[in-house]
Amino acid sequence: MFIIANRNIFFILSGVLVAASLLSIAVFGLKLGTDFTGGTLAQATYAGGRPAPEALSAALDEAGFVGYSLREANENDYILRAANLTTEQRENIEEILSVGGESPVVIAQLTDVGPTIGKELRNKALVAVVLVMTAILLFIAFAFRKVSKPISSWVYGGIALVTLGFDVLIPIGFYAFLGALTGAQVDTLFVTAVLTVLGYSVHDTIVVFDRTRENLRINQEKNRREDFAETAGRALGQTFVRSVTTSLTTAIALLALYLLGPESTTHFALTLLVGIVAGTYSSIFLATPLLVAVERWRGQKGK
Amino acid sequence: MLKIRLAVGLILVFGATLGWFVESSQTNGTRPFKLGLDLSGGTQLVYRAELSALESGDVAESMAALRDTIERRVNLFGVSEPLVQTQRGGTFAGESEERLLIELPGVTDTDEAIRLIGQTPVLEFRMLRENADVPGTGQLLENVNQLFEPSAITGKHLASAQIQFNQSVGGVPNEPVVALNFNSEGGRIFADLTRDNVGRFFGIFLDGVPISVPIIQESIPNGTAIISGGFTPEGAKELARNLNFGALPVPIELISTQTVSGTLGAEAVESGIAAALWGILAVALFMVLWYRLPGLIAVVALSLYIVVTLALFQWIPVTLTAAGIAAFILSVGMAVDANVLIFERMKEELRAGKQTKEAIHDGFSRAWLSIRDSNISSMITATILFWFGTSLIKGFALVFGLGVLVSMLTAITVSRTLMFSLNLNAEKGITRFLFGSGVAK
Repeated sequence: MFIIANRNIFFILSGVLVAASLLSIAVFGLKLGTDFTGGTLAQATYAGGRPAPEALSAALDEAGFVGYSLREANENDYILRAANLTTEQRENIEEILSVGGESPVVIAQLTDVGPTIGKELRNKALVAVVLVMTAILLFIAFAFRKVSKPISSWVYGGIALVTLGFDVLIPIGFYAFLGALTGAQVDTLFVTAVLTVLGYSVHDTIVVFDRTRENLRINQEKNRREDFAETAGRALGQTFVRSVTTSLTTAIALLALYLLGPESTTHFALTLLVGIVAGTYSSIFLATPLLVAVERWRGQKGK
Repeated sequence: MLKIRLAVGLILVFGATLGWFVESSQTNGTRPFKLGLDLSGGTQLVYRAELSALESGDVAESMAALRDTIERRVNLFGVSEPLVQTQRGGTFAGESEERLLIELPGVTDTDEAIRLIGQTPVLEFRMLRENADVPGTGQLLENVNQLFEPSAITGKHLASAQIQFNQSVGGVPNEPVVALNFNSEGGRIFADLTRDNVGRFFGIFLDGVPISVPIIQESIPNGTAIISGGFTPEGAKELARNLNFGALPVPIELISTQTVSGTLGAEAVESGIAAALWGILAVALFMVLWYRLPGLIAVVALSLYIVVTLALFQWIPVTLTAAGIAAFILSVGMAVDANVLIFERMKEELRAGKQTKEAIHDGFSRAWLSIRDSNISSMITATILFWFGTSLIKGFALVFGLGVLVSMLTAITVSRTLMFSLNLNAEKGITRFLFGSGVAK
């Protein structure tokens, strides 16, 4: 089996991907979005061309905005992120954003999240993350509850966890990069995307491992002697096509969502896409090779 | 065989009828898809109810009164299909608080929406604490809770208000006052209250400002209180009118607003539909090219899945948001996964030298466990997201969870019935080809 034989290459590749993700998170960082921090997010559309950033900034300064950020979006839009609006600012928002009427503006959306709500959403998201992870852990423990030889159950489970960590880390690293590129921020949708990837990807790994164990059992029943690498490689070959194909159909749908779908879910679709590709990669190129490596390592230790 | 073919006929007729039904209830407007604010355009306001001046037992009742009053006011302004909901929130932020969630579809001016709600007067009645000095009226008090204590009567007991004129005293022109008529419960409470507290001061607060702090001279059994706050006739008239549309029993504070313009919403709907159509088309095309005849069957199953899901969206009804549309498109990609698992297993059985029919049979039964497990992990995520999500995430989780369940059903039952109905028993080259994979071997 090509993948098993060349597993070191894939370990290196996986390592590089992990390192790149970590680096991206360290360098670009993850910025929490308005729905988690509280504050104001406004999208202003200027049909007749947007004003110069200096002019708009001056208008905002004058209206008492501090610590805000302006970002150009689409062709004629500005995205404004600021602290919660005062009543006066809110009442005059159209006037302020149109720079005193010079640049007619349509406020496409305006969100003002109070600090309590932001804090609550943040804590809720954390609880959801912890709960999903716990549930997936239990699911893995359940899937590998039967002890099997020559490798004990917890090794399968442990490797499944490692691959899941990979599946989550890659989209997060990617998102940090996307954030630097487009100003994408960590919001509830991003958390949802990562959790969805978690639920979707765990299964591919379980399937490969299940097949390995099934092959081992059949070997035992038929009293056939086979190298573990051979058995595991065969399982990989048997499940390879289905893993790729199921992810491919999902990826096709997500690609349509990314390319054509509403603007508000573009980053969401991209994160899911990256996560699902990472999940498929890890179930094929990481899970079984790791299993074989662990088996080899233990075999050598035993001698 | 005849039975199976009959079943196929029924499935197809069912699908077509359901599809027609979904289409017609959308175009007739009998049961159209329900769009969330981010798609229809509109404003969402979240208020926190200030309950500290309230006796603790009254919370649920006061929140209900709050909701009813706001709802009445919103309806008054002709907003179509508004949503006014009370929620307990903040549990995850340390302390819980009572909130009022107001959704106003079509109102895309945040200020207008806030004004609309803000015109609702807040009417409170409090007893001045014993030994406290009588404060001045007409201005906000900083130490309200030190001076006053809650009373059993609140704005929710108000039945109606009307303008009256005080008898003139010694040449001073008649002063306009507003008479508050309590409902029967309120009248009873007010009678008891005044009977037990003769000699104490009673504060009537409008929008947090004490406008009149009269002394209780005697028990008032007729259920009427008078506010005399130096009104102009116009001011008194307006107050009476506003009070007649309902008064809020407790003050509310705006803590969050969200406004999406109709244009942005319409664009989101348009691109969402485009993404869904092209996504479905691409997935279907892939399945047919890759799996040939079984792929075609998967596409029929997928079509049924789509029709059933859309019908459920209308019937439940599911409020569709951009995230919900994303979940639907994602679910289309995942709906064929079950078919892929079945077909791959079938091919394996064929390679192992089994007859076509037997291979189909074993393919289904052996793939089932895998299909079940993969859907379980997705259902876990969907359930937790539904429980802990905000309305945005709830929309995603509901559609996603629904999709997983429905697709499991359609992929298995529909594909299975269709596959057997074709009676592909003969080991002909053409059958082998039709069951082959996209890559020729």
